[in-house]
Amino acid sequence: MGGEILNTVTEKMLGAIAGYRRPYFESQPPYLYPPYRSTVKRSPSRPLILLPHTLSEITGPVFGYDDVKPTDCDLTRQHDGDPLGERIVVSGRLLDENSRPVAHALVELWQANAAGRYRHVVDDHDAPLDPNFTGCGRVLTDSEGRYRFVTIKPGAYPWRNHYNAWRPAHLHFSLFGIGLVQRLVTQMYFPGDPLLGYDPMYNSVPDEKARLRMISTFDWENTIPDNALAFRYDIVLRGRDATPMDSTRS
Amino acid sequence: MSLITTSSQTVGPYVKIGFESLAIEDLAPAGATGERITLTGRVLDGDGEPVNDGVVEIWQANAHGKYAHPEDAQDKPLDTAFRGFGRSLTRTDGGFRFTTIKPGAVPGPGGATQAPHIVVTVFMRGLLKHLITRVYFPDEPTNADDLVLKLVPQERRASLIAKHAPGDKAVLEWNVVVQGKDETVFFDY
Repeated sequence: MGGEILNTVTEKMLGAIAGYRRPYFESQPPYLYPPYRSTVKRSPSRPLILLPHTLSEITGPVFGYDDVKPTDCDLTRQHDGDPLGERIVVSGRLLDENSRPVAHALVELWQANAAGRYRHVVDDHDAPLDPNFTGCGRVLTDSEGRYRFVTIKPGAYPWRNHYNAWRPAHLHFSLFGIGLVQRLVTQMYFPGDPLLGYDPMYNSVPDEKARLRMISTFDWENTIPDNALAFRYDIVLRGRDATPMDSTRS
Repeated sequence: MSLITTSSQTVGPYVKIGFESLAIEDLAPAGATGERITLTGRVLDGDGEPVNDGVVEIWQANAHGKYAHPEDAQDKPLDTAFRGFGRSLTRTDGGFRFTTIKPGAVPGPGGATQAPHIVVTVFMRGLLKHLITRVYFPDEPTNADDLVLKLVPQERRASLIAKHAPGDKAVLEWNVVVQGKDETVFFDY
């Protein structure tokens, strides 16, 4: 499998300024994962080169309230009418591996509608578009790293990866942390979805515990009586290396 | 408590829905200091086919070599008209385009200086995690001493250096080749 090299010699030689830990073994998918067919021609074949963390990597774009409208986090209020489907609250915290909240970070969300159809020219799934649903949201985390969206539970939909292939219901999340090293795009799944076992994207992550963390949990405390069910999804970005003083037990 | 980073997943074919409203192809509005440049190119897959559903994001320092970020403690001027972040959604022909300014040199590991460069992140359907690379500038003597370029085998360094467009030195051309003979150098960090 190409593109997965770890050059520790280089890492030690160049050192790292307030660098970040490398992702935990098998928590991330490989680039080449043939069961997901599109990876075959879209994965690098040469070894990746390990880059020291310089000022260019530990910094990254800073977003503010100018980039986000207060209504951007409610995907059910972006049109004149109400979208069809099951209204849900999706909330959680953005943390780093050291359990520190990632505050004032941009969270972007996009998704299919309740029928499993995206408002996109290449989606030709025979399911209805909803004139009252675009499927795009964004929000900044608060000082405790919390975020909250109101949206519609997306539907599952077929895709052409293999015979009778269906994507489990999911929300796409894009995160900017403090530094570019923390940039992450992931997908949130729903608990109890029988399609997860059949989904190559979900199963591209080697570690089972890591896979399970992509599944949100039902969140009774955040349900809105007579209005919406709720799901909780905490997202973890890479964390800073511990100080050298902590390495005595290694 | 120690947590484990959430797994990356592909942006899929419908990323435009999520990313289009925050697309920024012009990073250098009137008032931004520095040498104006256009960075343009195409994203190509392992068959040389254009990737028409990808996203290219860039991050760079301003003309003085300072990042608009609280962790850049250098005593260099910030430019309020320049944030340093761009996002371009690829066209039918795989094309992306930014108008920006040429960044200044920034510090590197161990007190060294890095040659001017732009950090590039690439997303697309079929990529389970994003690709990370850099663009450097042609005719830049400091490229020879750049610690990151030196990590790259000599024969592959050219994939990280943009070329002047014929007849227009302000236009820089640089392609992202995801896979194959002319594969771009990608970094892991």
